[in-house]
Amino acid sequence: MKFIPLLWSSLWRKKFRTTFTLLSIFVAFVLFGLLMTIRTAFTFGVEIAGLDRLVLIHKVSLIMPLPISYEGRLKATEGVTLTSHNTWFGGVYQDPSNFFAQIAVDPESHLKLYPEFKLPPEQMAAWLADRQGAIVGADLAKRFGWKIGDRIPIQGTIWQPKQGQVWDFNIVGMYDGDAGVDKTQLFFRYDYLDENRRGGQGLVGWYVVKIADPSRAHEMGAKFDAMFANSSAETKTTTEKGFVEGFAKQVGDIGAIMIAILVAVLFTMLLVAANTMAQSVRERTSEVGVLKTLGFSNGAILALVLGESVLIAIIGGALGLGLSWLFVQNGDPTGGMLPIFILPARDLTIGAVMIVLLGLVAGAWPAVNAMNLKITDALRRS
Amino acid sequence: MNFIKQTIAVTMLNLRTIPQRLGSSGVAIVGIAGVVIVLVSVLSIAQGFTAAMEQSGADNRALVMRSGADSEMTSGLAAPEVDIIKQAPGLRREGQAGVASAELYVIIDIPKIGTNSPANVPMRGVEPQATTVRDEFSMVEGRMFQFGTNEVVVGRGAKVNFQGLTVGSTIHSGQNTWVVVGVFEADGSIAETEIWCDSRVLQGAYRRGNTYQTVLARLDSSQSFDTFRDWLTANPQVNVQVRRETEYYAQQSRQLSTLIRTVGFGIAALMGIGAVFGAILTMYTAVSTRSREIATLRALGFNTMSVLVSVLSESLALAAIGGAIGGVLAYLAFNGYQTSTMNFSTFSQVAFAFQVTPRLLGMGLTYALIMGLIGGLFPAVRAARLPIPSALREL
Repeated sequence: MKFIPLLWSSLWRKKFRTTFTLLSIFVAFVLFGLLMTIRTAFTFGVEIAGLDRLVLIHKVSLIMPLPISYEGRLKATEGVTLTSHNTWFGGVYQDPSNFFAQIAVDPESHLKLYPEFKLPPEQMAAWLADRQGAIVGADLAKRFGWKIGDRIPIQGTIWQPKQGQVWDFNIVGMYDGDAGVDKTQLFFRYDYLDENRRGGQGLVGWYVVKIADPSRAHEMGAKFDAMFANSSAETKTTTEKGFVEGFAKQVGDIGAIMIAILVAVLFTMLLVAANTMAQSVRERTSEVGVLKTLGFSNGAILALVLGESVLIAIIGGALGLGLSWLFVQNGDPTGGMLPIFILPARDLTIGAVMIVLLGLVAGAWPAVNAMNLKITDALRRS
Repeated sequence: MNFIKQTIAVTMLNLRTIPQRLGSSGVAIVGIAGVVIVLVSVLSIAQGFTAAMEQSGADNRALVMRSGADSEMTSGLAAPEVDIIKQAPGLRREGQAGVASAELYVIIDIPKIGTNSPANVPMRGVEPQATTVRDEFSMVEGRMFQFGTNEVVVGRGAKVNFQGLTVGSTIHSGQNTWVVVGVFEADGSIAETEIWCDSRVLQGAYRRGNTYQTVLARLDSSQSFDTFRDWLTANPQVNVQVRRETEYYAQQSRQLSTLIRTVGFGIAALMGIGAVFGAILTMYTAVSTRSREIATLRALGFNTMSVLVSVLSESLALAAIGGAIGGVLAYLAFNGYQTSTMNFSTFSQVAFAFQVTPRLLGMGLTYALIMGLIGGLFPAVRAARLPIPSALREL
């Protein structure tokens, strides 16, 4: 501990250089934090998708509807604990660029199936009492400045109401959830949709089924698909995780390519920082000679040099990660295009490990050199 | 005159000694090259995607959808409406029939090559007029499908991105079976990601009754659009919106290309700051290791301005090298790279190729030079201000 002042003063030997080394490490880790956030956004929250939830879609494609009569048969199947159905609404609020998901659901079964959506009980009661009621995610409400009690007109695209083109919803509740839960959706009542749409009565988009034993997911999926085989609407069942992953894969290489390029560049930026740190040690060869003359052991020299480079890395890196974390707390800056905008704790840990590694790697070569230096050589070199 | 000569002399001296400082110069070059690679390649994604979408429209074609629909996917038109649309003025006619194709636009699940997971491939049911409406359409392999059968033709882009779409293969989808009989191209437009079949057959397969989703109409000329639109929107028998095809596709691409561009520019700006720091450090080192030489020059009577310009030129030269390397690498790695992604407006796949255009390369190089200029400025001022006596004394 008593060497901290020594470390500190050698750090500021050349203020200009240390400042810029710190800044470049800082920027590198701001970048790292944002990249990990974008990567998470591109996987659509696959980490939190439930393994005990299965998704049933029409075998031909997601856009084909399934009959509502399937629900009873699914519920009656042994091993099924909960079922619920979802119907994509795809309406336009004011302008097509205000895109967000609107989904028609059965309120009670939906929220039972998705306990991660937290809705106060009195709002739930209000929703059950109001056929035109809808609940919105906290992020979505913030985006449009909606409050409970607001009436929201949404233009139907797939589903046209019997009168006119606009569907009205009353916001009766706001759901919240932990980080990583998509809080940008609007859920409204299926009975309102089904009663008021011009066609398509009795059709739903997809089913979500909760099973008692997640290890039987595959077997259960096969069972459901067999149940509806050779009917007019055959199904394809996947785990919710598989479904979300499949969706992320459809977006395709774009996310992966962006990440790959950026990782390569992060690496070069770290290289720049490491090079400067190494250089600053090289310049002090004669000082190392003096320290050795004063009786510093080889181990102490090694620790001093490594300590200095780790210290720089930690200061710059921690500030960088911290800033990116703060930035992410503010939510998605693109206005709804990246609904899952979080910096996962796991990635923060990876970042912390990388910071220390950077310090060690950048310091290793000069530290070993300094350690092996003969006093006479060190003092002779200028 | 003297000033210019001096400047050239010092600059040449600096540039010729770059090889002696290969290590730190190399780091500056690599840093700048990295930023340029990212900027150019990320923007090439947006460029390729936008180009594919823009090529998809023609000025002399109009797309008719149900009013309120925001994409072909969500539109729906009944058969009687289609008949009325085909009688609208402004539509090109050949003999009795209007040159228009009533179409269905649906999704079919087909695994993507590489990931093996199902992708939403767009499938379009067309009428015989479809290929007359789209004059860029041509077969490159096999033949056109026969109307009234379950034959299909696939776009070039669909064939390379999705599994089992070669001529002669069959696609099993639910209870439907489709036979691939040909591959078509359409000037690189997004139609090349689609699978085409007879709209009447598709109506049956997807249980759509006698309904369609859109009508694509060939206009008499690009000017007759207003006539065509006004007649249809004023007609109470139909409830439709009419848009130029070009406008439709431009709007479709907006969301994704904005997202890519925002991310690309944002990240490149941030990295640019990092690279500027790298350049500053490099030039600072270059100046500090030569402070004695610089002081000597100044003592000999060299102008401070020429010292400043020489340091800046070195920094710009390094930046130019870095920018050029970055541009070339981005070009080699990504130009023409084939991929497909999801178009969120229709939830269906769009195949496209990355495009590294000269304009993007120019942008990358300009950005590199800006970074070099900023990176060199600090150290250059420092070199020019170096107090001669103390610098000469420095070890």
